[in-house]
Amino acid sequence: MPYIPNTDDDQRRMLESIGASGIEELFEQIPADVRLQGDLDLPSPMSEIELRRHFANLADKNASTDRFACFLGAGIYDHYIPSTVAAVLGRSEFYTSYTPYQPEISQGTLQSIFEFQTLICQLTGMEVANASLYDGATGVAEAAIMASSVTKRQQWLVSECVNPAYRETLRTYAWATGYELTEAPRDGVASDLSKLKGRIGEETACVIVQNPNFFGSIEDLGEIESMAHEKGALLVVSFDPISLGLLKPPGEYNADIVVGEGQSLGLPMAFGGPLLGLFACKQQYMRQMPGRIVGATTDTEGKPGYVLTLQTREQHIRREKATSNICTNQGLCALAATVYLSTLGKTGLRQVAELCMQKAHYLADQIDGIDGCKLLSNRPFFKEFAIKCPAPVSEINGRLREAGLIGGLDLGRFYPELADCMLLCVTEKRTRDEMDRLAEALKQ
Amino acid sequence: MNVDKTIFEYSSPGRVGVTLPDLDVPEVGVDTLVGPENLRDDLPLPELSQTDVIRHFTRLSLANYSVDRGFYPLGSCTMKYNPKINEEVASLSGFANMHPFQDDSLAQGTLAAMYATQEYIKGITGFDAVTLQPAAGAQGEYTALMVFKRHHEKIGQGHRRIVIVPDSSHGTNPATATRCGYGIVKIESGQDGRVDLSALADALNDEVAAVMLTNPNTLGLFESEIAEICELVHKAGALIYCDGANMNAVMGWYRPADSGFDAMHLNLHKTFSTPHGGGGPGSGPVAVKDFLAPYLPVPNVALKDKLYYLDYDRPDSIGRVHGCYGNTAIALRACAYILTMGAKGLKEVSDNAVLNANYLLSRLNDAYEVPFDCRCMHEFVASASRQKALGVKALDIAKRLIDFGYHPPTIYFPLIVAEALMIEPTETESIETLDEFIEAMLTIARESQTNPDVLQSAPHNTPVRRLDEATAARKPVLRYVDD
Repeated sequence: MPYIPNTDDDQRRMLESIGASGIEELFEQIPADVRLQGDLDLPSPMSEIELRRHFANLADKNASTDRFACFLGAGIYDHYIPSTVAAVLGRSEFYTSYTPYQPEISQGTLQSIFEFQTLICQLTGMEVANASLYDGATGVAEAAIMASSVTKRQQWLVSECVNPAYRETLRTYAWATGYELTEAPRDGVASDLSKLKGRIGEETACVIVQNPNFFGSIEDLGEIESMAHEKGALLVVSFDPISLGLLKPPGEYNADIVVGEGQSLGLPMAFGGPLLGLFACKQQYMRQMPGRIVGATTDTEGKPGYVLTLQTREQHIRREKATSNICTNQGLCALAATVYLSTLGKTGLRQVAELCMQKAHYLADQIDGIDGCKLLSNRPFFKEFAIKCPAPVSEINGRLREAGLIGGLDLGRFYPELADCMLLCVTEKRTRDEMDRLAEALKQ
Repeated sequence: MNVDKTIFEYSSPGRVGVTLPDLDVPEVGVDTLVGPENLRDDLPLPELSQTDVIRHFTRLSLANYSVDRGFYPLGSCTMKYNPKINEEVASLSGFANMHPFQDDSLAQGTLAAMYATQEYIKGITGFDAVTLQPAAGAQGEYTALMVFKRHHEKIGQGHRRIVIVPDSSHGTNPATATRCGYGIVKIESGQDGRVDLSALADALNDEVAAVMLTNPNTLGLFESEIAEICELVHKAGALIYCDGANMNAVMGWYRPADSGFDAMHLNLHKTFSTPHGGGGPGSGPVAVKDFLAPYLPVPNVALKDKLYYLDYDRPDSIGRVHGCYGNTAIALRACAYILTMGAKGLKEVSDNAVLNANYLLSRLNDAYEVPFDCRCMHEFVASASRQKALGVKALDIAKRLIDFGYHPPTIYFPLIVAEALMIEPTETESIETLDEFIEAMLTIARESQTNPDVLQSAPHNTPVRRLDEATAARKPVLRYVDD
């Protein structure tokens, strides 16, 4: 076994030191009546060559972006990943280490998390960020729970224009924790502000919105902020980090807690995981934040260094009184985002955002004129927009596939009233040629 | 010398680390596209050349200890070697560049691997159904307790509000139960470090929803009375959950389902060799008995007429616990590991993990106090109580081990052993490595008598010395500010 160095002779020497007659004897703690009889039911082992071939065959059965140009988004995006990201993530000093419990030999991980927290603050305009959570969906749920512990209120209000998978996750967490979740309806492709306002009450812990929302539209955050704060509720904003290369950040709208899916920042789509939950809030709520946090300090000689901090919030100290049960962060994914943002920087991220937005508007313009197609997005949007199709979405997507394209999301899956409607996404990777082919396929 | 200055201090206006294509469609002013009121004035991100970026993160990496560098006996974390072929196959473009919301028919490769992983987990644990959705062990615990809660609601037992945890449990257990709306009752471990059956019997009543138990437990001891424990719990109408953090000890020997557990989670990043990544991503699949299967999260990977598909038709499900389907690329690595090892290989993993731990124990229990000094499973907990009497704490021993080139054992847990040193060698270490570590531990035990100062002031050769955690928590500095 390549990963087990002990030889028969090694085992004999070790058993001698232990004073055991055989390995069997070491398992005497397991009573006979609960022991497994016979072997585990598993396939016969594969060599590296066979394993490589097996997985290559499986990978070939997937319609990856190697073969298709992807216009599918809806929370997971086909953005370009600069070569620096894989170069850094491939260093086993990073990927074969663990949670930095021993700061003296974990400064690489700790400092990179400190830089990650800083970058997320710069991006969102917020004051403090944590070391990351599992993903955007659970991040929203953590934000809601945190809002309830800050406000001592029991109700969460979420706009119907928030990603449906996030709302489903919120529903699960609300039920489990015993909080009450209410949804506020949409008006077309944005939150219905008057209905939203009507649903905010004295027991509302937080108002949860997404910007740009699930339909790609830019919400009226200024308006929503006053509604929420007027009633003493916290404003929780789910954001797309790429959009913040151009758009006004949630911090400037006086958001209290912001959450984002960080996959766009240097992580492959990987069929939806691992993802990266970005989480930031106002300084005043810092001690109620879930998850790991890194802080700067000095060592005994006065040299600067970094440690895990504010640990009295956490499960390993506080046990049942912890702010969350979360143990780790998404370490390596947060590192990817740190390298991504460092590589692109101020100019690069703005350029990515602008390419997405310009191209998305180009495609929307091309589609809007097509017979039977209708642009549903009647407000400013970023890189995604919704259209009404001349045929069922599955049929359209089949047609697009033949043209080498992965089409958009069938909105009817989540919004039954939006049958035959599709959510399209355009990233900086899409070319004019690909977009023209998409428009062409819609004309047939 | 510092590890490196921060990335922000490298910034210089006008630098960029990558080039992007020119716009290939007619340009429209961004003001026109979305309105100036929606645009930000300033984007305060750093500006770096590619050389700066790579050098900076390479320097940071060199300040990290890692499994690829040396022995990492961090108890309860199973820091085993991470096979390189697993990284390679999981990174194949056909897997990495797959959008999660495509038709199932276009994702048969990934779905097949996910389905196979579920099946293998069933085989290894003895349970009937598996979800890969939980993103980490703690979320696996949470998912399993939600499944219990939903079940109790369904059968009219929703009044059960209590979860019992032993005092040796990992902190996530009580924290998770609270998150699920349960109250906690803690039971004290018996003299032998295992569950005290009479204490458990006393705690059980009609209010109890579940018992959470780690087996082997966090002291590295197998709960020999597990069948009786499960029976007792079931008699009280409660369910019993297995924290599978220590599954590395028992593969091929024991399947938790067979002894009466109702559900468990596995940590793919422990037992199944996926990298710990500096703190994640992990993966915490949950396995359950048949009667709990309907409650598992939606969607789940299923197979019908030779087509793998995401099954959303699960009306009794607790719902989603993840934005997609969990940390799929981590499951791919675990799948590759299981396929490499096979049944015989996984049993050899546990054989050698237990052998290595007992070997260390046999060589260290003269120099160090071992509160539960009997044969252990894959790990054991020693105590620095003798050294403490000389003014040397477990923390000092941990820091001194760094000087000898090792990652220290776990010292913050379990709470029931004072000055705990929780040591887990794993099966991927050789006898030579263990012998060298033993020598270091024995040297440190001697130093605690002859030269305690060298321990108290350790580590000596690291990029930074002991850090001031108290000030860090009292006056938090959580981001870089240019001043």
